[in-house]
Formats: sequence, C-alpha cells, structure tokens
Amino acid sequence: MTTNEALINYCLRLGDSSLILGQRMSEWCSNGPILEEDIAMTNIALDLIGQSRTMLTYAGKLEGKGRTEDDFAYKREEREFYNTLLSERPNGHFGDTVARNFLHSAFFYHLFQALKNSKDEMIAAHAAKSIKEVTYHLRHSSEWLVRLGDGTEESHNKVQESLNDMWEFTGDLFEMNEVDELLIKEGIAVDLTEIKKEWDKTVNQVIERATLNRPEECYMQTGRLNAIHSEYLGHLIAEMQFLQRAYPEAQW
Amino acid sequence: MEDSKKLEEFQAKIDAEIKIEPKDWMPEDYKKHLQRQISQHAHSEVIGMQPEGNWISRAPSLRAKVVLLAKIQDEAGHGQYLYSAAETLGKSRDEYIEELQSGKAKYSSIFNYPTLTWADMGAVGWLVDGAAIVNQVSLQRTSYGPYSRAMVRICKEESFHQRQGYEIMATMAKGTPEQKAMAQDALNRFWWPSIMMFGPHDSDSPNTGNAVKWKIKRETNDELRQKFIDKTVQQAEVIGLTIPDPDLKWNEARGHYDFGEMDWDEFWRVVKGNGPCNKQRLNHHKKAHQKGAWVREAAIAYAKKQKAKQLVA
Repeated sequence: MTTNEALINYCLRLGDSSLILGQRMSEWCSNGPILEEDIAMTNIALDLIGQSRTMLTYAGKLEGKGRTEDDFAYKREEREFYNTLLSERPNGHFGDTVARNFLHSAFFYHLFQALKNSKDEMIAAHAAKSIKEVTYHLRHSSEWLVRLGDGTEESHNKVQESLNDMWEFTGDLFEMNEVDELLIKEGIAVDLTEIKKEWDKTVNQVIERATLNRPEECYMQTGRLNAIHSEYLGHLIAEMQFLQRAYPEAQW
Repeated sequence: MEDSKKLEEFQAKIDAEIKIEPKDWMPEDYKKHLQRQISQHAHSEVIGMQPEGNWISRAPSLRAKVVLLAKIQDEAGHGQYLYSAAETLGKSRDEYIEELQSGKAKYSSIFNYPTLTWADMGAVGWLVDGAAIVNQVSLQRTSYGPYSRAMVRICKEESFHQRQGYEIMATMAKGTPEQKAMAQDALNRFWWPSIMMFGPHDSDSPNTGNAVKWKIKRETNDELRQKFIDKTVQQAEVIGLTIPDPDLKWNEARGHYDFGEMDWDEFWRVVKGNGPCNKQRLNHHKKAHQKGAWVREAAIAYAKKQKAKQLVA
C-alpha cells in the first residue's frame, strides 16, 4: 500500500463519517422537539455535510481519476463506505440522537484537535476548520445529555438507555490497521489509542455532570475498517442515492 | 369618548406612516387581525418545512442537499422571528401553536400539496417563494413595527430562495427529456395553487376592509397576484417551460398579462381542510410536538434545578 492509497482511504473514513451522520441529522428536519432544536440540528447536518464534501473532493484529487464528491457519495456501494458504525445508527428518539452525537462529537473533537498538526496540509486545514464546528456539536450534545440526564426521572432513564445502546459501537471509533500505521509514520494520521484517552476523559466528565452512569464495558462491534456495516446503512444510501441511480445520465 | 380620541390618534399615526409599536394603544380589531395574520405567517413557515424536508434525504448532489438544508433552516428561522413578532401582541408561542394544532389557525394552503419529484423543489422555490416575496415586499411597509421589521429581514433571504428554486428548474428544463418532463409537470401542478396563494379576489376577500385602512395590508390580493404573474411569465419563457393557462396573454392596453379563472372550489376545499396533505401536515406537526414533550419537560425540570441550586449558593 502506498501513502497515497492510505491517505485516500483515510479521507473516505473522515468524509463518510461526516456524510452519514449529516444525513442522519438532516432526517430531524421538522421533527425536532422545539423549533430552536430543528434549527440547531439542521445546522449540525449542514456542518457535517460540508465537512464530507471537503474530504470526498480531496479523496478524488488524490486518486486522480476525475471522481468528484458526488461520485463518491452517490455512486459507491454499501461495502465501499468507511464511515464509523456509530454514525449510521438510526436517530431513534431525541435521547438516542443526543447520546450518539455526543459520543461521536467527542471523538471528532479530539481527533480534529490532533489532526490540526497533520503533516498533510489539506488534512490539517480541514481539521482546523472543522474543529470550530465540532466544538459546537460537542457542546450542543453535551448540554442536552446533561439536561436529559439531570432533568426528569423519565428523561434520565431514557437517555441512560440510549447511552447503553450506543456503547457497543464506540470501540469501532478507535480501531486501527495498516492505513493508520503507515500514515502515523508519515506524521499524517494520529494514534487513536491516544485519542481514546482524551475521549474517555471528556465522556466521563459529561456523563458525571449528567448524573448518568458510564455504560459497563461490553463486547465492541467492529467493521468500519473493512467497510462492513449494520443493515441500516444500505437503506440510508439507497434513499440518498436514488436520483443519481435512477437517472445516471442527468446533471442536477 | 376616550376610545374614539385614541382611535383618531391611532389613525393619524397610520396615515402619517408612523409605525405602531407593541406598547402603543391599538384597536382590539387591529390587534386581532395582526395576531391572526402574523401567526398564520409563522405557521406557514413552519409547516412549509415539511414538503421541502421531504426531499433532503434524496437531494441529487451534495451541493443541492446543502442548499436545500440551508433554505429550510432559514424558514425555521423565519418562523421563529415571526412567532416573536406575534408574541409582542400578548399571546405566547404555545398558545399560537395550540391554535394551529386545533385547526383554529390556518397556514398557507400551498403546503397542503405534495412534493412528488425533485423538480418540485425548484417549483416551490421559484413559484411559492416567488409569490411569497411579492406579498412580503409589500408587507415591509406594513404599519405594525415588529411585523414590518421581520419582513425586511425575511425578504433578504427569500430572494435567495427564489433564485435557487429557479436555478433547479432551469437546470432540469435544459437537462434530459425526463428532467424536462419533471420540470414541466412541477410547473403544471404548482402554478394554480401558487397564484391562489394571494387569496380570493378583492371582491370576495373578507379580511381586506380595515386591513387596508390600517395599512396592515398595503396592496390588495388581486394587485399582488397580477404583479407575480407579470414577472413570472417571462421567467418561464426564458427556460422553455409553458405556464398551464391557455388564457394567458399580454394585454397591451392594461400593460399586464390577462389570465384564466382560478378554481375557487379547489381553493376553498383546501382551505377547509380537504387538500391532498392537510391531515398529513397537521398530524406530522402534532406527532413531532408530542414526541418532544418529554424533552421539553426535561429541559424545564433541569432549568428549575439549576435555579434552585443558584439560590442555595
């Protein structure tokens, strides 16, 4: 594997995770508990899809075969997506979305903090730009986790269950393979075991503030690195790709 | 005696183009008219999120998805500040939403039509926002200060939306035969409902009388409708689409387009709740509201706890 090949894969991991989580967040449109939350969640969706565009475009440039952001988003199969398993979890109720986003935002937050120093200029610039957005995403989901956790008995129980349900997909965030190994050596990628330590701190702090319990350690699902997903992803991309698939000749 | 003097002063202000502000005296009917109109406007922004939200997940490019999301976000924002403007008239957002959900308050009937293809995202932006702008530009000069200021802000964003919608239509109209057919079909379905957005003919409009005298409304339904048609016909021609009205033709003497009669039975049927999506839209709104109840309760409970902690400290 060349550095270029590894970097393309790395861009797809970042870009796909933003894209799929962004697609999920956009599903909240007109479904929020209050109008202000509709606006906030659409805002997060916008940020995430914007992030994915940068990374998918860069992947195309590195590949050099003329593929665009849309070719990557709309013309790949399920088994070619490298997003985190957590990002594709269905929205469920508001507490499920809060728990998922909190765990994912904390991951992105520490990852992007570290990637600001990447030796790859595009990755570093992407991280520097995204960190502002992700800081807000983390604050938004943390505040809601605390409100729900320390709100009513019902909200406390609900969001604790959400957190427990999401937990088995958090191990996948930190898995690494030869792509990471190669890029870490080049100073492009970062060691996710280090990110995990920071993530743990943030997660523990907020969970405590929220008067919730950190879920018990459990078997962690795996798959992202090999593009093996839950059944949910196929439906998500089938819907997302419908027009491009149905009218392959058309320009939009 | 007191009241008639106040009414005289009120009318004098209106006539002098001085804005009425929340703390000023106003006739009860003026207030009621505004509560109804501004909240209806706010509800329209919020319910309008549904037909467009229907295509976010299927937007055909990432750029198109971002543009659509941003547009819907703007609309939610418009809803937000229109509710704030309406709240200055002494009723809470909760009360207005209650009136929406009970069916007492209306929203624009245009959102009771379904969005069936991607071209509908073009048609909604181009025609629906286009019609809304004509109305809203006029409302920038409305006599009630908070409403007028909300309109100034909203108009800036709406003109973007209209251009974006037109861009979708233009792209599809010059695209593949299937795309062009979708664009024409969207125009066919949205044309008549769009021109009916301006409401009944002036001769049949029950709410026009005092609204014009009090300068809530600056132009009549028929005047606004004519403006919209005049500017839209050419836009359709430029992109090679045909407006589905055989009676549409330029009238040199009037300096306006003549156009065919609208189907008022359909208009009233949809207003009264029997459009293709009335029930769907309202049920969606109620369901989202109900599903969010535990979240709102939690937020209130949390805020109370925080306040109590502060008091102790």
